[in-house]
Amino acid sequence: MTTAPSNDQPLLSIRDLKVHFDLSYDAILDRVLRGGVKKRVVKAVDGVSLDIFSGETVGLVGESGCGKSTLGRAILRLTEPTSGQVIFRNLDLAHLSAGDLRQQRRNLQIIFQDPYASLNPRMTIGQIVGEPLETFRLARGAAAEQRVKELLETVGLSQRYIKRYPHEFSGGQRQRIGIARALAVDPDFIVADEPISALDVSIQAQILNLLERLQVQKRLTYLFISHDLRAIRHVSDRTAVMYLGKLVELADSKTLYDEPLMPYTKALISAVPVPDPKIEATRQRITLEGDVPSPINPPSGCRFHTRCPFAIEACREVEPQLLEIKPAHYAACIRISPSEPHIEDVAPGAAPGLELNQKAESQKL
Amino acid sequence: MSSSNGHLLEVNNLRTYFETEDGVVKAVDGISFLLKRGETLGIVGESGSGKSVTNLSIIRLIPDPPGRIVSGEVIFDGQDILLLPPDEVRKIRGCRIAMIFQDPMTSLNPFLKISKQLMEVTQLHLGHSKGQAYEHAIDMLETVGIPDARARVDNYPHEFSGGMRQRVMIAMALSCKPELLIADEPTTALDVTIQAQILELIKKLKEETRTSVILITHDLGVVAGMTDHVIVMYAGKIFEQAKTTELFARPGNPYTKGLLRSVPDPTSEQGKLYQIPGSPPDVAHLPPGCPFAPRCERAEDICRREFPPFVELTRDHHSLCHFANEVFAASGGTPENVRV
Repeated sequence: MTTAPSNDQPLLSIRDLKVHFDLSYDAILDRVLRGGVKKRVVKAVDGVSLDIFSGETVGLVGESGCGKSTLGRAILRLTEPTSGQVIFRNLDLAHLSAGDLRQQRRNLQIIFQDPYASLNPRMTIGQIVGEPLETFRLARGAAAEQRVKELLETVGLSQRYIKRYPHEFSGGQRQRIGIARALAVDPDFIVADEPISALDVSIQAQILNLLERLQVQKRLTYLFISHDLRAIRHVSDRTAVMYLGKLVELADSKTLYDEPLMPYTKALISAVPVPDPKIEATRQRITLEGDVPSPINPPSGCRFHTRCPFAIEACREVEPQLLEIKPAHYAACIRISPSEPHIEDVAPGAAPGLELNQKAESQKL
Repeated sequence: MSSSNGHLLEVNNLRTYFETEDGVVKAVDGISFLLKRGETLGIVGESGSGKSVTNLSIIRLIPDPPGRIVSGEVIFDGQDILLLPPDEVRKIRGCRIAMIFQDPMTSLNPFLKISKQLMEVTQLHLGHSKGQAYEHAIDMLETVGIPDARARVDNYPHEFSGGMRQRVMIAMALSCKPELLIADEPTTALDVTIQAQILELIKKLKEETRTSVILITHDLGVVAGMTDHVIVMYAGKIFEQAKTTELFARPGNPYTKGLLRSVPDPTSEQGKLYQIPGSPPDVAHLPPGCPFAPRCERAEDICRREFPPFVELTRDHHSLCHFANEVFAASGGTPENVRV
């Protein structure tokens, strides 16, 4: 659905991916407490399409519960997708057999958020980083040890640490170990799921710089998941904004930050505190009312309509599609269109994007 | 020195140590600052810098053992809190000095209705009857912007979202019209759009009630928008202290400078991000000399040998550094008192 910054084939192509979690396991409870079984499904990811090109970093930003981590995990099938495709080099990862998938996982790796929970406390650093080598039979014995030492050096840790345990390391160092483990199998694509959120401010910069250096050295492609817009803006070439299971805006990171189209993106950007008292004293904040609605029964139509200052009646009914509003700048809102891209200038009550949206919807079916 | 010359709170040379297996950890080591009525003070620092321990010491909530307030004064409205008997402290804590903590999930009792938890405060401190306290609880929930407060007041904590729970915490903290509000990372567990709501709320309530606020955070952006003065802490010491605008415009300490530079600036195209090397120090094993020296790009021999002086750059601006004047001058500042 999304076009490329260049004309190459995407490295990874996500097509209409859905991840639904069925909560009917507490059917008995429902019967007792609520007098009947209700079908309750969390639509964590609900029809996301996204192309990721070789060598780029795509930032994925959203608030907690929007499904960004589930999307990252579903790409690697750490969480099974409900439907849709994840096409990596002409293979649909979402439908591969377990054995074939395992072979492909060599090319796709993940870095987790919590450097405390994602390393086995009973394994030494050497074992943790060396395990993927063993699993994929890439190296053993002295050769494996040599490779582990190289990996530690690559991520800025001393080779001497090879026999130590995770508890002997700080959060930043642990995150480096997690990165070394992901790099062990020489992957092409890495999902970085909130890699800096658990770290101190001075350490965050170190990890961001390390990830950027590795990208150049090893020609890596990243999906960088974060709630931190400042970090996303810094590391990503393109940024996708997610809200309640859907992508709502996608553009080049600078464009998205400087000229966002969606009211949600604008609010998100305006909510980020800027470390400059002069700017903070003068700028006008768009404060959103209310909380993110529950993904169990998400609002109908546009899921943002309950909090959107520009919502009209039609927003409750029509589900907006992610459409190209400006060149390579996609947004999902019926109140804007390529001829009227700025929602503030659209006549009250008008929905210039409605027609285009209907056309896109019929094409999809 | 002491007594109330417009200052609500005066902390002098506070030291709080912890006995651990690793030896004595000097979590807070000689902190002094002043807070005027109606003012907001930000305390910034990384984990282990002592920012939370400072505030737990002010309200005497340091677990003893292993912790111990070794020395210092905490003069609140003319009284040294550290010298008061425990039941006198209890009268102040939660009433004249209130707290909001980071995690609204764990700071409310999950088994008690919100009404019960809110009423407890005013029944204890203000001597409210049940009926008065109940009405007051509803008033407070309305003040902090909880919709349909009368219906929500009898809900349990789990029936509220994270942002709403933090509002309940604020309602509870403000129940007795405190003179000082200590907010320890009040928005760290929240999403950015909710964080913006909560910060707006604290700001608005502060302006209405003229409450003084101590805001502890690791987020320099939050400090920039919320505070009048800032203290930057590192390894249990104050590294820099200044008016907020001054600190951001003309930092006089290499650590502050490094922190400011290591935050990505979304408004500009930048290449490599500045990074402070190394990790925050192990407070149980501090190096001799300046605790920041091993990570400092400006460090010279003297920094590794001798503990740095707390230099007065201007009347309101202090920095703990052997080269404070030079760093300050490099940021564009003119030192008023050159006395190293």
